[in-house]
Amino acid sequence: MLRVDVSKHLGEFSLQVSFSSEGRVTGLFGASGAGKTSLINMIAGLLRPDRGIIAIDGETLDDTAAGLHVPAHRRRIGYVFQDARLFPHLDIRQNLDYGRRMNGLAEDPAQHKRVTDLLDIGNLLDRRPGKLSGGERQRVALGRALLAQPRLLLLDEPLGSLDEERKVEILPYLVRLRDEANVPMVYVSHDADEMRQLTTQVVMLKRGRVMAFGGPEVLPGAS
Amino acid sequence: MPPVVTGYLLLLTFGRRGLVGAWLADHLGIVFAFRWTGAALACGIMSFPLLVRPIRLSIEAVDRRLEQAAGTLGAPPWRVFLTVTLPLALPGVLAGMVLGFAKAIGEFGATITFVSNIPGETQTISSAIYSLIQTPDGDTAALRLVVVSIVIAMAALVASEWFARRATQRLHGN
Repeated sequence: MLRVDVSKHLGEFSLQVSFSSEGRVTGLFGASGAGKTSLINMIAGLLRPDRGIIAIDGETLDDTAAGLHVPAHRRRIGYVFQDARLFPHLDIRQNLDYGRRMNGLAEDPAQHKRVTDLLDIGNLLDRRPGKLSGGERQRVALGRALLAQPRLLLLDEPLGSLDEERKVEILPYLVRLRDEANVPMVYVSHDADEMRQLTTQVVMLKRGRVMAFGGPEVLPGAS
Repeated sequence: MPPVVTGYLLLLTFGRRGLVGAWLADHLGIVFAFRWTGAALACGIMSFPLLVRPIRLSIEAVDRRLEQAAGTLGAPPWRVFLTVTLPLALPGVLAGMVLGFAKAIGEFGATITFVSNIPGETQTISSAIYSLIQTPDGDTAALRLVVVSIVIAMAALVASEWFARRATQRLHGN
């Protein structure tokens, strides 16, 4: 379970959000500027809330009243960024292996194969990030986050920088990930269709406030 | 600060009777005065400022977002630095090293003040050329050293360009 009750001031913008989600995939939905990325950065530990609590499965990660802030590298929360952020100086194999090495996890060839098969990236292992297409890069970023064995996976508009054709290419992988990877996810997007296909719970954000919370039916406009 | 002043301060501090120099000689057996180690120390100190700037700039130029990504994958800050920041800053680090090396080749004032100009021990290429020019009939030998120093400098420049280009290619993920 993910519990978030935080407030944060960023210049003129103020974010005040509170929700608890049991869902396998919690969607953060809203227009750009609604505070989605700030919120997800707080869950990841990259941004500190001014006030409030963030807890996952009963473990508190942020509690400003108690002065508690677990740094990002100790949260075991995977993060797939909109711009992939693969390490350009490492090949794909080393990129995928990075989280395992940093967390001191034992090599697990079976898990490695499962993830590379799930995302169809087994044929890219010896390439460098600069030689990949946008869609391939995003799939590798997903694999890299999964192989660090996170307890929660954050996806910040992973389709945002891709054209329509590529989106259609990646979406089935995200569905497979949801159904097979067994990691709860927080999915950020401003696209209601994507949300409907992927999420089980939706937090609707507008100008830093929660406008609605519930199942995918709270999303605007049936398609 | 003029190099001669730096050399003199080094002599006062690291000389046999200097505060640090006496202690190092008595307790650790390390002597800088009039040894090649002293020449190395003087060159190192003189080239340090030149070395720091390009290295610092290239470290600051590394994309913060990649460092954040490394953090979310479980890397503590010091490992982020070793596995992401430093490799990505490599071209600047190499450029800094070459600049430092070039400065060390040309080092004259601080070295000659601190450890004198002893052939085979503390003589730099610059102070060797200077000595030869002062010697009757030393011109040919001096010119020989001039050619040698030009060749070394050019080779260092070419090598650093080559390294930097290789590193830049790597950084763009090609």
